[in-house]
Amino acid sequence: MTHQSSYNSAGDLVDSMVVVFPSPPPVDLARTLDLAGYRWKAVTSGAEAAKNEPTEGWAGAIVMCDDDPEGGWALCRSLRKRDAPVQRVLVMVTGAQLPDMELRDDLFDDFCLAPFHPRELEARLRHLFWTELSGKLEALVEYGGLVLNLETYQASFGGQPLDLTYMEYELLKFLAQNPGKVLSRETLLSRVWGYEYFGGARTVDVHIRRLRAKLGEEHANLIQTVRSVGYRFGQSKWSV
Amino acid sequence: MSGVNEQQRDYVLRTVEERGIRLVRLWFTDVLGNLKSFAISPAEMENAMNDGMSFDGSSIDGYSRVQESDVLAIPDANTFEVLPWVDPKGAEARVFCDIAHLDGTPFDGDPRQVLRRNLDRSRKAGYSFYVAPDMEYFYFAPPVAGQQPELLDEGGFFDLTSTDIASSLRKETIRTLETMSIPVEYSFHEDAPSQHEIDLRHTDALAMADSVMTFRFVVKEIAALHNVHATFMPKPLEKIQGSGMHLHLSLFTGEDNAFHSFDDPYNLSTTAKQFMAGLLRHATEITAVTNQTVNSYKRLVPGFEAPVHVSWARNNRSGLIRVPIPKRQNESATRIEYRSPDPACNPYLAFSVILAAGLRGIEEGYELPAEADANLFEMDDAMLAKLGIAQLPQSLSEALRAMEGSSLVAEALGDHIFEWFLRNKRNEWRDYKTHISQFELGRYLRSL
Repeated sequence: MTHQSSYNSAGDLVDSMVVVFPSPPPVDLARTLDLAGYRWKAVTSGAEAAKNEPTEGWAGAIVMCDDDPEGGWALCRSLRKRDAPVQRVLVMVTGAQLPDMELRDDLFDDFCLAPFHPRELEARLRHLFWTELSGKLEALVEYGGLVLNLETYQASFGGQPLDLTYMEYELLKFLAQNPGKVLSRETLLSRVWGYEYFGGARTVDVHIRRLRAKLGEEHANLIQTVRSVGYRFGQSKWSV
Repeated sequence: MSGVNEQQRDYVLRTVEERGIRLVRLWFTDVLGNLKSFAISPAEMENAMNDGMSFDGSSIDGYSRVQESDVLAIPDANTFEVLPWVDPKGAEARVFCDIAHLDGTPFDGDPRQVLRRNLDRSRKAGYSFYVAPDMEYFYFAPPVAGQQPELLDEGGFFDLTSTDIASSLRKETIRTLETMSIPVEYSFHEDAPSQHEIDLRHTDALAMADSVMTFRFVVKEIAALHNVHATFMPKPLEKIQGSGMHLHLSLFTGEDNAFHSFDDPYNLSTTAKQFMAGLLRHATEITAVTNQTVNSYKRLVPGFEAPVHVSWARNNRSGLIRVPIPKRQNESATRIEYRSPDPACNPYLAFSVILAAGLRGIEEGYELPAEADANLFEMDDAMLAKLGIAQLPQSLSEALRAMEGSSLVAEALGDHIFEWFLRNKRNEWRDYKTHISQFELGRYLRSL
């Protein structure tokens, strides 16, 4: 096998560090990274990643979700849900775990099936680190009269500001980013609250009710209840 | 600090900036349930969220300590909310705070921390505690010292339009509550003149205790803007029913209502029955907390739909616990209604002791006594004794005596608040006992 370390992306990466999960990583992953010339540090959790983060930040992340999906996704969340989200996050899942990626698009930039082929992984990493700011997000989410500015965290409807609490804002953002889809309470709880919240699944109902109240009577039906399933934002794809 | 907290903090700081917030009010609660507040400038907000704001706690009822009177107010970023009624040019926001010692450990004189601790226990047992209160209160003309409260609905104050004004006040209140993340389930004019009821939609107990504090503030504030006085005094008028705060309670395990069972004729699970049994067995011990004023006990008398006996029933409004009939096929609506509390209580402490009593019933597997569906007011004491039905405390003094001997209440409140509360309330009772009332002067001055 020939691994050419000259591919290791831009020169600035030589000094930067990639965070890897789990710790210790599987031997073949460590070998692939070493041979491709990446500097990396393995961690067991988001807290450890934060503690060991270099001053210039992590250059990227390689997160294996195959053995410990909960730990893996929690790490992705903690890398992304912060002031300066870590760019260039690659996750690895098994074929059976592919559905886990649904509605988590904001948490990673590329993925690779586990068990992985070293040359495929290397190619993906090369591409990932080549693409500048691959994880750049849209700054505005709009639906009907609703506008969410993701940079300033401000929401408005028909030009009028909507005053929301943090979790109301996060929930509305998630709904507006996934219009027309039926979302179960479980999905909303895990994607918006991330499980660490203690209020339980009824919390979703509580926040939906608050959002409807704040949207006002005439727009409350923007969030529809789908009986015994969950909620849908905006028009169904199939309705006329 | 987790990533989410960091983003939450960022959310608050950006909102302060974007909405041009000029003042942020830090809200917290004293042991008696009074809302306390101090304002900081937006520039101080970042600091406050990172390190808390220190202040002298010795001026707050129930916070007093011999040494180290300085405590920290730490904003709970989740509760940050722009206040809707202030002029947009001078926008203000509020945030609830947890109170901590200077080293960051929870301050045991803070009722919000007490409720947090009790909810933690419940969570460890696998339950989320949900509460929905029915809030009752009166509108009066602004009170004059030494005079009877003047009703709005009787025309004296507002002529012909009094009922319109009361109902438009209520509407404005509801609109304000809804913009402050407090959805309303129902609202109506109660049986008594000038009395109103607003029922809040269930949330987890911590959010609800915050909501009750906000609710009392909003109701009073909006009434005052129209030169009307709103009061949560439990029994302001002698021959007219008082104001209660019936609490609809349920425990959830994940998405499932732990109180619901498909197999039971009343749809009550064993967990629900044990919780009810716990509440009934410890009801007299927790009453001083759920009904904390001298005046509270003038509401708990026969003839006004207020509970007097320690009993439960499916549809008997004289009982202490009622089991409402949920809408068909809606298992999440299965709940129990605890009917003694009044809206003058400290919601953080009341929810804490109620939860502790219910959980004790579950932990110890208490047996639920038989349903008392007959009208208990028509039974004499001998009959009640035969059925094993006790009475709720008849006065603040009786309630304090029952509380004093309760290890359950001491544990739920923590020693600091338990002892301070008993001391403070005994003083209140002593002041009341030495007061010579109109009743006595009218009855005895001439004849004796």
